Amino acid sequence: MHELSIAMSIVEMAEQESEQRGARVGAIHLRLGPLAGVVKEALLSAYELACENTSLEGSTLIVEDVPILVYCPQCRERRTLNSMRFQCPECQTPTPEVLQGRELEIFALELEEPA
Amino acid sequence: MKPRLVEVRQNVLKHNDQVARALRERFHRSGVFVVSLVSSPGSGKTTFLEKTLTLLRRDYRVAALVGDLATENDALRLARSQAPVKQIITGTLCHLEAAMVENALEGWEVGDLDFLFIENVGNLVCPSSYDLGEDLRLVLISVTEGEDKPLKYPTIFNTSDAAVISKTDLAVAVEFDWAALENNIQAVRPGMRVIGVSAKTGQGMDEWLEWLVALRTNAAGVPGR
Repeated sequence: MHELSIAMSIVEMAEQESEQRGARVGAIHLRLGPLAGVVKEALLSAYELACENTSLEGSTLIVEDVPILVYCPQCRERRTLNSMRFQCPECQTPTPEVLQGRELEIFALELEEPA
Repeated sequence: MKPRLVEVRQNVLKHNDQVARALRERFHRSGVFVVSLVSSPGSGKTTFLEKTLTLLRRDYRVAALVGDLATENDALRLARSQAPVKQIITGTLCHLEAAMVENALEGWEVGDLDFLFIENVGNLVCPSSYDLGEDLRLVLISVTEGEDKPLKYPTIFNTSDAAVISKTDLAVAVEFDWAALENNIQAVRPGMRVIGVSAKTGQGMDEWLEWLVALRTNAAGVPGR
């Protein structure tokens, strides 16, 4: 269960951006890959906890699931995986080459201008 | 009032990754080869490491950092190998982070080492997210754990560089299916090197150590690796 410390990092980073830009953060858009080692549901509940008594209290964490993308050396194509079996979904060639899927990235912030 | 959307694109683990990168550069400059070990609790990490340290110490300068939630038991066990060992007590934290490794190394001259081992907290989930600056991440799984573990914890296997199957002396007793485990490992991490060992009988330790030493030799031969 390391989602709480990750949620706290997210809140900390968003607070810094919020201060620099002089605006309140209403929502955070996060890109999350299946290989980031983070459980979405646990992160969402940890996020609420991490926001307590910060300027982000009441804000929303919006998680965008990023699929795993591998390179198939046989087809010479980028392929999206729908499972954790690292083989080309078309030709079944095993491939360890991960192009995408480790993301744990704050992609964007929704800022509300101060009244 | 409508909110406005601002793109920021920041890696949440940026700080850890930065510390890990600095550590890796430092390790490479110093010529020390760094191996981290991950596994579930009770898979035999400490016994395997104790044996590894004892055997490697004959020809190489070795040391270990060991993460544990609450006790120093593992460090005491590893110290029997006569190698320098330092405990990192993580408290409630279920994994090691790069900054903890950096702090633990204070007072140690890593340039005096050939191999440094970092034993992570027993956990197959959380450690996968944190780069520690290691050259090799080794995942351990014992023959008593069930052959489907790689499918249950694909992330840790996919982010590891090699797998050690431990406690092979118990394989017959538990009717361990080597081919099934090997297939499951290859499903989540095609091409992964898999080595079976028994730290108790010593079986497989030669293969593991020869491979490890060759990795270091090859890595050292590549300038600015």
